[in-house]
This record gives sequence, C-alpha cells and structure tokens, in this order.
Amino acid sequence: MKSSSAHTEHWERTRRLTFITLGIWFFFSFFIHWFGAELNNLSFMGFPLGFYMAAQGSPLAFVILLLWSTRKQEAIDEECGVAE
Amino acid sequence: MNGRFMDNLPKVYGLYTGGFLVFIGLMAILEQLGTPADTLGVLFVAFTIAIYATIGWLSRTMETGAYYVAGREVPSLYNGMATAADWMSGASFVAMAGGVYFGGYSYLAFIVGWTGGYVLVNSLMAPYLRKFGCYTVPDFIGTRYGGNTARLLAVVVLVVASFTYVTAQINATGTIAARALQIPFEVGVWFGLLGILLCSMLGGMRAVTWTQVAQYIVLIIAYLVPVFWMSNAQDFGLIPQLAYGGAVDRITELEALHGVGTMMPSESFPGLRALTTAHSVAPDSVLASWKFITLVLVLMCGTASLPHILMRYFTTPSVKEARRSVVWSLFFIFLLYFTAPALATFTKLQIMDPNLATGIIGKSIAEVQSLEWIQKWSSVGFLAISDSNADGLLQINEFFMRGDIVVLATPEIAGLPYVISGLVAAGGMAAAMSTADGLLLAIANALSHDLYYKIIDPEADTRTRLIVARVLLVIIGAGGALVASLQLSSILGAVAWAFSFACSGLFFPLVLGVWWKRANRQGAIAGMAIGFIAGFWYLYHVRFAGGAPFLGLDHLRFGIVGMAASLIAMVGVSLATDEPDAETQAMVDAIRIPSGKTILDES
Repeated sequence: MKSSSAHTEHWERTRRLTFITLGIWFFFSFFIHWFGAELNNLSFMGFPLGFYMAAQGSPLAFVILLLWSTRKQEAIDEECGVAE
Repeated sequence: MNGRFMDNLPKVYGLYTGGFLVFIGLMAILEQLGTPADTLGVLFVAFTIAIYATIGWLSRTMETGAYYVAGREVPSLYNGMATAADWMSGASFVAMAGGVYFGGYSYLAFIVGWTGGYVLVNSLMAPYLRKFGCYTVPDFIGTRYGGNTARLLAVVVLVVASFTYVTAQINATGTIAARALQIPFEVGVWFGLLGILLCSMLGGMRAVTWTQVAQYIVLIIAYLVPVFWMSNAQDFGLIPQLAYGGAVDRITELEALHGVGTMMPSESFPGLRALTTAHSVAPDSVLASWKFITLVLVLMCGTASLPHILMRYFTTPSVKEARRSVVWSLFFIFLLYFTAPALATFTKLQIMDPNLATGIIGKSIAEVQSLEWIQKWSSVGFLAISDSNADGLLQINEFFMRGDIVVLATPEIAGLPYVISGLVAAGGMAAAMSTADGLLLAIANALSHDLYYKIIDPEADTRTRLIVARVLLVIIGAGGALVASLQLSSILGAVAWAFSFACSGLFFPLVLGVWWKRANRQGAIAGMAIGFIAGFWYLYHVRFAGGAPFLGLDHLRFGIVGMAASLIAMVGVSLATDEPDAETQAMVDAIRIPSGKTILDES
C-alpha cells in the first residue's frame, strides 16, 4: 500500500492535475483579459462580455475550478491509498 | 465547554445569525418609534463588538496548540468563513465598489486577482503546509530549509508585509468607529484597537477563528441586504448580480450624454474625485492590457504568500479539510466580490440617469443641494458640489466624492431606512476588525514563536511563550494604531503594497519548498533577501525617487520586479550549491502525501 511506487504514482498524478488546474487558471486569469476590448463587442446576458468576465465570469470560473480539482485530488489520494 | 461548543457549531452559529436578524428587526422598530439615527449607529456597532468580545473571552486558552492553530479542529466550512472574514478587509468592504465606480473596467483587476489567488493557495500551498504541521509560515521556511537565517528572513518579510496591511485596517476601524460613535478619529483608532485586542489577546488563533466566523456572518449580511433591497426597491431586478447588464449599457449611453471622460474637473477637493473614467471600456492597447494582467498577477501571488491567510489553513483537522476549506473560502469571498461591481453600477446609474428620481447629474445645483444625503455627506467632507461654470446646473465634472460613499451612502441614495445604514457600519467594522485581528496575530505569532522561542530562547516554557505572544500582540497593535493615527497613506495604496511585499519575498521560497526538492537553504536565503530588496528598491525608485516605471510597472506592481529577482536568485543559487541532504528530501516527499504524521510534532 504505502510502497514508494504508490507514492511516485500519487505525485505524478497530483502534478498532472495541478498543471491542468493552473492551465485553466491561466486562461481565466490572463488570456481572456488580454482580449477584453475584443470581447466587449460581444454581449452575454446583456453585459459586454469582456466586462462580464472580469466582474463575474472569471471569479465564478475559479470557484468551479477549485470545486472540480479538489474532488479530483481527493479521488487521486483515495486511489493511491494515501488518503487520511 | 469546548467539546460541547465544537459539537454544536451549526446550532450556535444558526442561533447567532437568527439573533442578529432579530436585532436588526428590533432596530427597525426603534427607528419607527422615532429613535435618532445616531443612536441606532451606536447600538449597531456596540452590540456587535460586545458579541465578538464575548466570543474572545470564552475562547481564552493557555495551551500553545489552541493559541497558535486553534487546536487544529476547525471544520472546513467554518474555516472558510473565518478565512473570508480574515481576507476581506475594510478596503474590500468599503472601498472596492467605490474603486469600480471610479476606475471602471481596469479596477476589475482587483476582483480577478483577489479571487484567482485562491487557486494558487489550493494548488500550490495550503494542503502541503497543513501536512507540514507548522504553527507559522516562517516555521515552514525555517524547518524546510534549516537554519536561523532563513527563518529570520521569513519573519522580516512577514512583518513588513503584514504591518503595511494592518495599519490600513486599524485606520478603517478608526474611521468607522469615529463616524458611528461620533468620536474624533484619533480616539476612534484606539477604540478600534481595543475591540481588536479583545477578540484576539486571550485566545489567540482559537478566539480569532470563532470571532471571524461571527464577523463574516455580520459583514456578508450587511453587504448583501442593502444591494438586494435597493435593486428591488428601484425595480432593477430580483437578483441584482445577474440583472445589471442592461444598466452597464445604459451607463455607456449616459457617459456620452454627460461627457464622462471629456469634461474634466477644473477644481479639486482633497480626497475627493470627479468621475472621469468610462465604466466598461476595456484596455485596448498592449500597455493597458499588460498593466491589467500584471496587477492581477501581483495580487494573486500576494494572496498565496500572505501569512495571515496561509496560517488559517493550519487550523483544520486534516489535509483534506484544508483543501476543502480553501474552496469554501473562495466561495464566501466570491459572494461579496461579485456583488461589488453590481453595487457600483447601480449606484452610478442612480446618480447619472435623469429618468430616475434619484438622478442628480443635470439637475439644478439648488435642487441637488437640498437633498438630505448630499447635505449629510458633504458636511463630513465625503462629497462636494461646486458650480464651476456657474450655469446653475450640476455637471459630471462638478460632482466630487470619496469612493467609500458608494457603500456607505447607497441606502440613503436609494431612500432605504436608516437601520440599513447602521447595518452597513457594523459590517464595515466587522470586515476591518477581522482582518486586523488576523494580521496582528500573524505578526505576533511569528515574533513569539519563530524569533523568541525558536531562535532566542528554545528552553522557554509554555506559560512564558504565551505571555510573550500576548505582550507582543499589544505592542504591535499599539504601533499600528499609532501609525494609523498619523494618517500617512490612503487605505488602498498601502493594501496593494502588502501584496507586492509578500510575493517579492515569500512566494517562490514557499512554492519551491514544496515543488522543487533541489531548492536548498542558500537558494531560499538568496530568494527571500534579493527578491525583497529588489522589490523594496523598485518601490522606492518609482514612488519616491521619481524614477520612470519600467514596462509600465508602477508602485502597485513592484512585486513583479521582486518576484522575478527572487526566482532567478533562488534557482541560480540553489543550482550553484549542494543539493539538500537526504533527510530534507525525505521530508519533502512526506509533505506531498496527505496520510501519515505531520512533519513537526505538536509542542
């Protein structure tokens, strides 16, 4: 159970999940706001899209992202037998 | 008593919330019976502070585990609320909506940065630091890298970043206490400090945790109720956060009509501003976009390096609960942060739209000056009206106000009863007190645990350690109140600096301590010292020495320079020196796995 190969696999998967999470984080933190002026030409729920993403969309995406990645991480911990 | 309290958390805080709502109802009845508005303000602030102080007294302790990490028994939901209160400062509560009001789109960088930082906290830091089992952030640095130099440097960065931040919080408690209790600001500051110390001194982290939960409940009710009420009273929509898209468009039309951005003010009033920035126009040049995302980056990395936030995750029972409580924290913070732009938009619309009864721009000066809220807030210097072009009408460049007005005066602008204004004052007080508590405790704990116990006197017994911790808390609080009473800087300038200081010195030593086994003591020392000094030098260069900002990085963004220097120094020096010993590498392996014993024993 607690062999070092299980630990290695756990860290491999944790690292991969972290990279994916940070990739999505990067997209909503920086990438879309770089194009704020272009997005503002589109409309979403009556908002200019660029404004919406900065005021509400990105923060909401962060909440959902953390919910997802925390569940994923808990599953990884369970499957590798290193959960508390 | 403690065991029973811990078993009954939902009941205790449910009763507390219900009791607070009953209190609001009681105040509303008193208002109907003709109680003066000032008395209601005093009752609101006094009642809530009395409750926090009671919780602080009941949570008193003489155990180090309870004093430093609340006994590591705080469930994730409650730790999430406590972190949200710890996080949302007086500036978030009072100044954020005002920032959006004046800054428009570019100010939204604060909202993106102060929420997205929690992704970094969750992915890179909190669960691993919890597994480590430290009492303070320098405790992690000192043990992971070894040696007193690394520990001491971490303490220095922590103290500078947190102290920058705490003076702004004590300043905010002073402002609110002074206004609500009708006392001079200099007295308000010391009164605020007294309230803060009542919450933290006897019970340390345990007391701060349970008061912060209570403070979150007050501050979120106080923020959301007026916005929902205003939105429904003015027919803007049932759920204001979803319904302000149309208002954003309407403001764009009105900006053209009133000449926002083209009509510049010809007069100036200290501390007040006229509206000159468009609400929703996004940065459309490379430099402007760059400035937006660099501010976002500094705020995020600062979030993930600020010790008073990280240490909240040391209080959960397990690594899993630490992770979950980061999610709760972000959710509870999101509730306020996605409301702030809605509030800013609706307040702006109410002031600017001539079709609404509340609109003042374009009306005659005499008519506007007869409004009650205009008279009240101009008498205390929060707004000013001046007929610069002497045409008898109020133009957009003739209306000056403080950003704080957006939150503080909304109930009055929208014609809500005064009881709502009293509630807002209590909420602002809760926000500022809870953050000040967390910061003071972070500083005092680092000095008492890392400097006094670990470096100066490792033989000290528990009693001495806890007495030293409390004496330091009082001394630092008094120092903060003294600086605040001198009113050296505006609230937000100083707050943003704290983020840059924290990420310059601590971000990479913390992240790489978990994520890069090769990181060693020499590298961490170089990373902290060079990052911090580079950041400090750059701040001095652009802010005080009159130097030209490099790549548009102004004084709010000096953390970018500090972090870059820190990363290069840390990686370079680590690679140029020997790798850490096997014991340290095994320690890093153990941090990365949730199960098993913590690295540090409880002592």
